[in-house]
Amino acid sequence: MKAAVIRFPGSNCDQDCFIALSEVLGVETHYVWHKETSLDAFDLIVLPGGFSYGDYLRCGAIARFSPVMQSVVDAAKQGKAVLGICNGFQILCEAHLLPGTLVRNQSLHFICEHRRLRVENIDTPWTCATWTGTLLNIPIAHGEGCYVADDATLLELNAHRQILLRYTDENGAATAAANPNGSAQNIAGICNRARNVFGLMPHPERACDPRLGSTDGKVIFESILATLGARKAA
Amino acid sequence: MKAKVIVMPKQSVLDPQGVAVRDAMHHHGLPQVKSVRIGKFMEIEVEGADEAKLHEICRDLLSNPVIEDYRLELQ
Repeated sequence: MKAAVIRFPGSNCDQDCFIALSEVLGVETHYVWHKETSLDAFDLIVLPGGFSYGDYLRCGAIARFSPVMQSVVDAAKQGKAVLGICNGFQILCEAHLLPGTLVRNQSLHFICEHRRLRVENIDTPWTCATWTGTLLNIPIAHGEGCYVADDATLLELNAHRQILLRYTDENGAATAAANPNGSAQNIAGICNRARNVFGLMPHPERACDPRLGSTDGKVIFESILATLGARKAA
Repeated sequence: MKAKVIVMPKQSVLDPQGVAVRDAMHHHGLPQVKSVRIGKFMEIEVEGADEAKLHEICRDLLSNPVIEDYRLELQ
C-alpha cells in the first residue's frame, strides 16, 4: 500500500497529510511534485490543502492544469482512490472530478476553528469505518469554502447519496447557524458517483493526534485504508 | 491583437464581496446604490490565435461556468 501526497507550489498542508498517513496510520507515503506525470505506483492519491498558485484567478484553477493532474484524472477514471482536502477539494472541482465549486465564504471571513460534521453515508470507502449520524470534531481553515452547485446537481448528489459530510451544531442538526461558510445544504464533503473521489473542506489530517485536540479525522483515513487493504487481500 | 475578457458572477450566485462593497458605499453617503457585483477584467495581448481557441480558454481556465459568465471582445 502506497500513498502519494501531491505538492503544488503553494501547498501548505502537505506535511500534515504526510505525517498523518505515515506516522499515525503507518502507510508508506511519498511526496509527489506537481510536475511528475506518473502515479502508477500509488494506491491512494491525496491533494492537500494550501493556496496552490496563490489562489490566482480562482482557487485551484491553475493547479488543475499542472502536469500531474492529467495522471490524477486518469487514476480517478480507473477507480483509484483520490482524496482532496480543502484546496485539494477546490482543485478536484475545477478538474471536474467532482461537481459544483467552492466560492468565497458568505461572511467574507477566513474561518479557522473546530466544527461538528455529521456523517451522512457510510456506504463509501471513505466513511465505512464509522456510522451514519456520527458527529466528527474536525477543524476547518478556509476563506473560500462555500459549496455552490445548481439545483439539478444538488438533487443528483442527494439522490445518489454523494454528500458524505454536513456541517451541524453540537446536537447534529444541520442548521443555518451551524453552517460556517454558506455552503448549499450545509455540505462539507462530497464524493463522485463511483465513490472513489472524495473532496472535503475540513482537515481530517489535522485531527489525527490527541495533542491537536481531536482524533476524529482518523476515521476517514482508516476507512479508505481498510477498503484498499481488503481489495488487495481479495 | 488585443482580447478583453470580462468575467462576472452569475446572477444566481450570491456575491458577498459585492454586498460588502455596496454596504460601504451606503456608509460613504451613497444610499441610492442598489447592488454591486464584482467580476474580473483581463486584457490579453495575442498574435494569431483563433477565436474558437480563445473561447475555449475562457470557458476552461479564465472562468468557471458553474458560477461565472464571460464575455470576450476582440480588437
